[in-house]
This record gives sequence, C-alpha cells and structure tokens, in this order.
Amino acid sequence: MRKGLMAEELGKILKRLDGDADLIRGLSAELCARIKEPLTLMEVCGTHTHAISETGIRRALAGKVRLLSGPGCPVCVTSDAEIDRFIQLSQMPDVAVTTFGDMLYVPGTRSSLAEQRDAGADIRIVYSPLDALGMAEKEPRKEFCFLGVGFETTSPTVLATVAEAKRRGIGNFSICAAFKLIPPALRMIAAHPDLAIQGFILPGHVSAVIGSEPYRFLVDEFKRPCVITGFEGTDILQALVMIADQIKDDEPRLEIQYTRVVTKEGNKAALKIMEGMCDVKDSMWRGLGTIPESELKLKEAWKDFDAEHKFSLPPLEHRERFDTNGCRCGDVLLGKIIPPDCPLFAKACTPSNPIGPCMVSSEGACAAYYKYER
Amino acid sequence: MKDKVIGLAHGSGGRKTARLIRELFLAYLGNPILERLEDAAEFPSDRGRIALTTDSHVVYPLFFPGGNIGKLAVCGTLNDLAVKGARPRFMTAGFVLRAGMSMDVLERIVRSMGEELNKAGVQLIAGDTKVIEKGKVDDCYITTTGFGALEHSKTFAPERIEEGDVILVSGNIGNHETAVLLARGDFGFEHKIESDIANVWPLVERLIEAGVDVKAMRDPTRGGLATTLNELASAAGLGMIIKEADVPFSLPVKGTAELLGLDPYYLASEGRLIAIVAKDHAERALEVLKAEPLGKNAKAIGEVRDGPEGLWLETLLGSERPLLVLEGEQLPRIC
Repeated sequence: MRKGLMAEELGKILKRLDGDADLIRGLSAELCARIKEPLTLMEVCGTHTHAISETGIRRALAGKVRLLSGPGCPVCVTSDAEIDRFIQLSQMPDVAVTTFGDMLYVPGTRSSLAEQRDAGADIRIVYSPLDALGMAEKEPRKEFCFLGVGFETTSPTVLATVAEAKRRGIGNFSICAAFKLIPPALRMIAAHPDLAIQGFILPGHVSAVIGSEPYRFLVDEFKRPCVITGFEGTDILQALVMIADQIKDDEPRLEIQYTRVVTKEGNKAALKIMEGMCDVKDSMWRGLGTIPESELKLKEAWKDFDAEHKFSLPPLEHRERFDTNGCRCGDVLLGKIIPPDCPLFAKACTPSNPIGPCMVSSEGACAAYYKYER
Repeated sequence: MKDKVIGLAHGSGGRKTARLIRELFLAYLGNPILERLEDAAEFPSDRGRIALTTDSHVVYPLFFPGGNIGKLAVCGTLNDLAVKGARPRFMTAGFVLRAGMSMDVLERIVRSMGEELNKAGVQLIAGDTKVIEKGKVDDCYITTTGFGALEHSKTFAPERIEEGDVILVSGNIGNHETAVLLARGDFGFEHKIESDIANVWPLVERLIEAGVDVKAMRDPTRGGLATTLNELASAAGLGMIIKEADVPFSLPVKGTAELLGLDPYYLASEGRLIAIVAKDHAERALEVLKAEPLGKNAKAIGEVRDGPEGLWLETLLGSERPLLVLEGEQLPRIC
C-alpha cells in the first residue's frame, strides 16, 4: 500500500528540507547581505504566515524585511453572514453539519459552531469531504451538509466529492460553499492606494492548482516582484532572496521557487472540475468588502447538492460585525497593520476567546503572532 | 465561572482546564495540599511521607498500537506518583462499563492491568464497578487512585528550580497521542507508530539511587512538552529555553503532525520523564537515563535561565519564539 509509510516518508522529507540549521542560517545571512534598504513584502497565504512565525524568520529579519500577512486564510475571510448561515444549518432537524476543524470557533454575529456543538447540535469535524460523504452513506436518514470553505486548494476536492455523491446516488449529501478565489483579491490589494507592498510571496498550494499564470497581472500591470514558494523555512528564505534580487535588478518577474510542486499550467484535472461544475460570482470577503468575480458557485445542474437550494436558505445579508467592536481583522487582512497594532490583540481577543477570525484559525495572522511573536 | 457550559476544551489540560480548576474546584474544595496542584499530593503520616493521586481514563479507542485503556489507567497513575519521587505501592480502580460491552474485551483490558501492576510490584487493593444502560456511555471508563511512599528525604518541586538547571527528556515525544489519533482510523494511512505508554518509576528510582540532584520532574501528558514545561516555568517563576534541534521527535510523529496540522510540542506522551537537574549533575543524569532501555533516547533539550517567565524555543534559524500553554483542545480523549 503506497500510503503505508506516508507519515515516515514525510518526516524524512521535512528533515531533509528543514533539518539543517547550517543551510537555513546560511540563506538568512545571504538574504541580509543583499538588502540595502528595508523591504515591505506581503505573504499572501496563511500557511506561510504561520511558517514565517514558527521558524522565527520574522524575528530574524526584523529591521530588514517587513512581512505583512495577506488575505490567504480561508477561515479569516469568511463573513459573519456565512458563519450565521452555517449555524442556521446546524439548527435544522436531522441535519448533521460536517466541517474542517478550524471553522468551529469562528464567531458569527451571535454564536459559533463550537458553542452550538457544546449545546448539542450535530456538528462533526472531518479531515476530508469524502469522510462526510461516507457518513452520509452510512446514515441515509440524516442529511449531511459539508461546509466547503476554502480557496482553489480546497474547492476541487470538495467538488469532486459532490460528483462522487452523484455517481453513487447519495442524495442526503450537500455542500454549503464559500469557495473564494485568490487572484481577484490580490488585484484589489495591488490596486489599493494606501498599501505600499513592494513584492508578493505567492501561495504554494493554491498555485499547485491554478499554476503561475493567473498572477501575471501583478508583474505586467502592477510591476511587483512575485515568487511562488513552498512552506519550509528554507523555501521561504530562498523566495525572499529571489525577490530581493528582482528588486535589486529593478526587474519584476513572476518566478516559481516551489518547482517541486507548482507548474506554469497548474493541475489541469482540478481546473477542469472547477470550470465544469461552477460559475463565478461576486463575493463578500470579511474585512475586504465585495470583490468582483471572486467566488465559485455550483452551476444550476448541481443544485440538488447545493445546501442553499436544498434547504431554501435565504440570500446572504452581509454585515460587518467587527466594525462596531474594535476588531481590526480587516486591516490585518489588507496588510494595513500587523496584529499587535490592534487594540484588542492579546487583551480582549485571544485564541480562547477570539473576537475576530484572524485569531481563530491556525492560519490566521493574529493567531500566529499570538502564538509565536510576543 | 464565566463559561456557561462545559466544553471539550475544559478537559484538554490547557488554559481552560486550569481556569476550571482555579475558579470552580479550588473555590469550593481548596486546601493547602490541593492548592499545590501537583501530579500527586504529598502529605505527612506517622509511617513516613506518603503520596496520593487519582486519574480517570476515557481514551478512545480502547485499544491502540502499544497499549489499551487498562495499561494506560495503571501507568498514568504510577507515573503521577513517580514524578513526585514516590515508589508506587497500592492502587484502587473504579470501572464504568456499558451494558452490552464484550466480556472478552473487558478481560483483555483487565489482564493487561494485571500485567502492568505485576511488573511494577504494585497491588490493586480496592475497586468498584458500575454498569450504565446502552446509549448513555461509551464501552469503558476507568478511574485509578495510586498510593506511594517517599523512601528518601528529597523533595522534587518546582520551587527548587534555579537558573542554569538543565532540562532533560527521557525519549521521543508525542508518540502516544499520535498512535491514539491514528488508531481512530480516520485518515486511512498505515504507520508503525506505537504509544510510548510505560511506567517511568524505574527511571526515577535510578536517578534517586545515583544521587543526582533532580530539582523537579513531570511526565508530559495532556498538553505535551510545551504545556508541561510552561507549568514548571511558571511555578518556578523562571524562564526556560529549549532548542528545536535537540528536542527528540521520531520522524513518523513529526510527519504525522505536519500532515494533520498538529503542533508536535503539544502532543502527549504517557511514558516519558522530564527532569530538571542541577547543571553539574546533567551529564551524570543523562548517563543514568541512557543506561535504561526506557531512557535510551534521553536528551538534554535546554536550560533554565534568568529572564522573562515562560518557555521559549530557539528555532533552527537561531531566533527565539515563545512556546505557550495549549489553548483550547488539540485533540480530545487521548488518556
């Protein structure tokens, strides 16, 4: 069985990539030698934010590179209204809500899924949408709704699960989707007049699906250096060296550091699923507002698997709760401030009692700063 | 209590558990012995110093590579005595069983308890059984109480920790929680990770016999290495720094943690010893630990230092970051 030694093999690969203190310290020294004036860059992806804090890169580069976190944490950009809708689903009789774990603690307008679960709602954590489908098959009298929150990394697997449900005739399975798209959000950030970001560290896993070309506009229109990178400390440092070189040469390029996973074309099978099963629509991002054509929605032909249709959910009414309570997640997601600049950070807002979503998800910038940067 | 209902996080061993203990249990039940909040309570008697501890076990599933709930119920309690320096002597056990549970399964669990108790030279001297109707409870929960004797004049307590002391661990960290998690079968990959469940008293006994100046000991169960060291650091009012390069994790545990998004510094072990020892005794202590099969992977992972209270990690890159107490739950029902 190929999967047999996966854990062990992954451990070995990690050790090879990141187990070498000399390599990582060497890269760090190389980077520092190239930087004449302090740089302001954005790491778009939440997993990068986490890795940059965990490995100590942010601290090691203090005064040389200012790394701002971007909107690439799916939980963080999910709006209050969407959370309220998930909670509404969990209150329906004979409906089990299945979700990835980090959605559980995100506060909606009045409550969170975790609070509902402790109060008795049938909310189950799964590690794959296929697990939710398996549950639906086992308990045919109950409806199973999977919360499809994620970017291009997540949506193809959730969509493939929907196709599988149809193939196997499992009618008691549906998804409540919030499939957001990264490139439109980057366009908004690059065009934002208040943000002076000199270059982008682009996500590795999203790019494994969509390839490098959807980011081309960042270089052509906005003249920003871009490097797609992996998630180990050495990957990120190497990407920073590449960006520093582009800035030094004054020649913005779209480069792939994460060549062991990312190609120019992306994953054709995944892209085909997304195009075949979904239309694109405008979407409300928490903190960022409405971004045109930035979300995938199931096409009419798949409406029997769309929770919105199946449970006749009312249209989303977007409100921005945190504008009224001082939470500045929106500014964090835009890179306007870093988490410690928010007055609630580590005081009223902690991982045990999160006020904004950036403190909830392990990929959230506030959670990463709380855990690693204080 | 601010929280209105009990959540799984109140049982995680992290910050929420601490608050429940402080604000509810100690508020009504507090006394000077309980308020020390140690793994085992030491109290004086006419027959010498005695230590007592109690622990409920609700691990799911009941059987997992390297052990089962019975072995865990015995070793978990033995270890709580051991880290106080008490030789385990007697134990009691309370069983909560579900009507309809397989007798064969129960027999395997109890047999395994007998084997562990025999190996440890500990007698089970009292017990209780309750059976609950189907649907109200899982198959089996076990509560054990351990009684031990301190046959020496040493005290192992965080108050004795000083700047310069060395932090030792007796082996790879996190195997227990990883093995239990994977035994739930939710992930569909095969592996060879076994729980590290073991009675650590033999390690403690060797350290005491060798005359090593051990300041304090703990076993890194719920909340893992990071939470346990934080508790010690905060009880001592000192800072601690450990090095990423020196903390021993097995490759499969590290790989699994990476795959599932778990932080390995918070993964529980059930057969590991953390010992804080005086600097000039550290080398000898390591030799003593390494001479035992259970301690063959023992390592010095860091030291106690002056400076801000709490735990810090020196990353491979050479920068330092805090390692905090576990917030909320990482994974329920691992012990």
